[in-house]
Amino acid sequence: MAPTDLGRKGSLKIVDLPKILRNGSFYIAQARIRTMLQWKWSILGEALATPVFYLLSIGIGIGKFVNSHQSTGVDGVKYLTFLAPALLAATCVQGAVGEATFPVLEGFKWHRGFFAMNATPISGKQIANGVLIAAMARTAFGCALYYTALLSFGGLHGLHSLWLIPMTLFSAASFAVLMMGICAAIKNDDLFLNMVQRFLIMPLFLFSGTFYSLSSMPKFLQVIGWASPLWHATELGRWISYGHHLSHAAIIFHFTYMAIMSLVGIKFAHHHFMRRLSK
Amino acid sequence: MSSADSSIQAAEPLIRARGLRKDYGSFTAVDGIDFQVNRGDSFGFLGPNGAGKSTTMRIIAATLTRTSGEITILGKDPEVSGPEIRAHLGVVPQQDNLDNSLTVSDNLFVYGRYFGLSKKFIRSKIEELLAFAQLEEKRDVKVEALSGGMKRRLTIARALVSEPEILMLDEPTTGLDPQARHILWDRLFRLKEQGVTLLITTHYMDEAEQLCDRLMVMDKGQIMAEDSPANLIKKYSTKEVLEVRFGADRNAIYADRLRGMCDRIEVLPDRVLMYLDDCEELLHQVVSEGMHPTTSLVRRSSLEDVFLRLTGRTLVE
Repeated sequence: MAPTDLGRKGSLKIVDLPKILRNGSFYIAQARIRTMLQWKWSILGEALATPVFYLLSIGIGIGKFVNSHQSTGVDGVKYLTFLAPALLAATCVQGAVGEATFPVLEGFKWHRGFFAMNATPISGKQIANGVLIAAMARTAFGCALYYTALLSFGGLHGLHSLWLIPMTLFSAASFAVLMMGICAAIKNDDLFLNMVQRFLIMPLFLFSGTFYSLSSMPKFLQVIGWASPLWHATELGRWISYGHHLSHAAIIFHFTYMAIMSLVGIKFAHHHFMRRLSK
Repeated sequence: MSSADSSIQAAEPLIRARGLRKDYGSFTAVDGIDFQVNRGDSFGFLGPNGAGKSTTMRIIAATLTRTSGEITILGKDPEVSGPEIRAHLGVVPQQDNLDNSLTVSDNLFVYGRYFGLSKKFIRSKIEELLAFAQLEEKRDVKVEALSGGMKRRLTIARALVSEPEILMLDEPTTGLDPQARHILWDRLFRLKEQGVTLLITTHYMDEAEQLCDRLMVMDKGQIMAEDSPANLIKKYSTKEVLEVRFGADRNAIYADRLRGMCDRIEVLPDRVLMYLDDCEELLHQVVSEGMHPTTSLVRRSSLEDVFLRLTGRTLVE
């Protein structure tokens, strides 16, 4: 029989509550990242293949066609340059949304891991924060690789374009927190992910001025873009990347919109995480 | 390391509830119950599904708010001091919620971090816990590859990573085969010997008798009785029980003739239970009266009989 003397000191002596209250979110994030690392090769493969395929097919393929028919390019620049900030934003938003949906549904419903976390001193808020931190860490990794690919293909130029990365992550986080709250709130996830992909992510991708300027769309479709953090990120990205014209008021408006969406989203996520865990 | 919540240390009894109630809409899951658990107790909640055991456990675990009444755990109100209380609990839920994609040792490591324990402490603790759960050889195996019994032992080991003051087990052996159940009982008995306060819900009477010093019998959210297993049997049943079967359609017919021969009788769909201190003699009397059961059994009274007496229902229905 194996030795079983646990040599107890007791939780009253060994558990450090202030440390947990301070660092709990990071413990959750570390655990999530540890789980993600189980699929590190597929994460790396996806992060590399996505930009390469997109840039070869749309950026270069369609770009050649557009440039040959329009000598001044689009918005005064080559099509790939016009497209690059939007593709970066779209990929990051999609990546963050993926990391904010599957793990939350898994944590609450499929494997109920969040209930195990909440049986410790960790709170619902800390679980939500930890999931968000881990989601953004993975998104940042994908974003950095995509950014490098865009530089290599000539879609981005200069050091100033590095500002695209934090701005894009900000927009991705503003959308991710909202999705986290929705996933925490829903009881029945049948078809939910398909619906999100088909009726939310895809329309946002298509109608947020990614492939052409939003102003060239009918007014009723422009509304989708105005509501989408992706359009705000795309507008700011083009301004950062090649100096796309934006007034000071427009710049402030785009940042404010994403900031408000982030704040409302995180409150919404906290509320539904705590509510679901106490049911 | 030190605990900031020093006020928690002096708390005695560990758990005290007065008029505890939990409603879900018009359904009352826990109906104004009073109980207390002292340090070192092995305290069991016994009752059928839907009796209110798990709801009571979740309120104690500071993860479910009560509708009314009072409860303190380690001297604190769980609705005010949830994290402070949970820092000293080890929780084994009804359904295992381990991280299937991680290895056995990674599950323990990650959980230890949720209690703010240092990496060095957790690494040494993992060795002890793997030995305790007899999972040393599975250390680097992913959880999804473990058997049900192994997962259950790992869930218990995980709950012990922070050396909790109170270990809460919600139906710890449901769904396990007899061998796995006995291994688990052995592990829990060792913890009890080390002075860990155990809180167990179960609908298995043999488990309750094996593990619990004190039992609270619950039904429909209420406490039907509370005492040691032996005292409950002494109070609410006889020393022995005679089980006789005459066939499903004839049990009720014979019951009228049997009723006057013993202290008490229970007519179940498949058998008749007759309660008397000396049932061997009773069986002779039944046969001598010209009644010939197809099968008969004389056995010790159990908690099942107590439950039947108190509620008119069997534990597992």
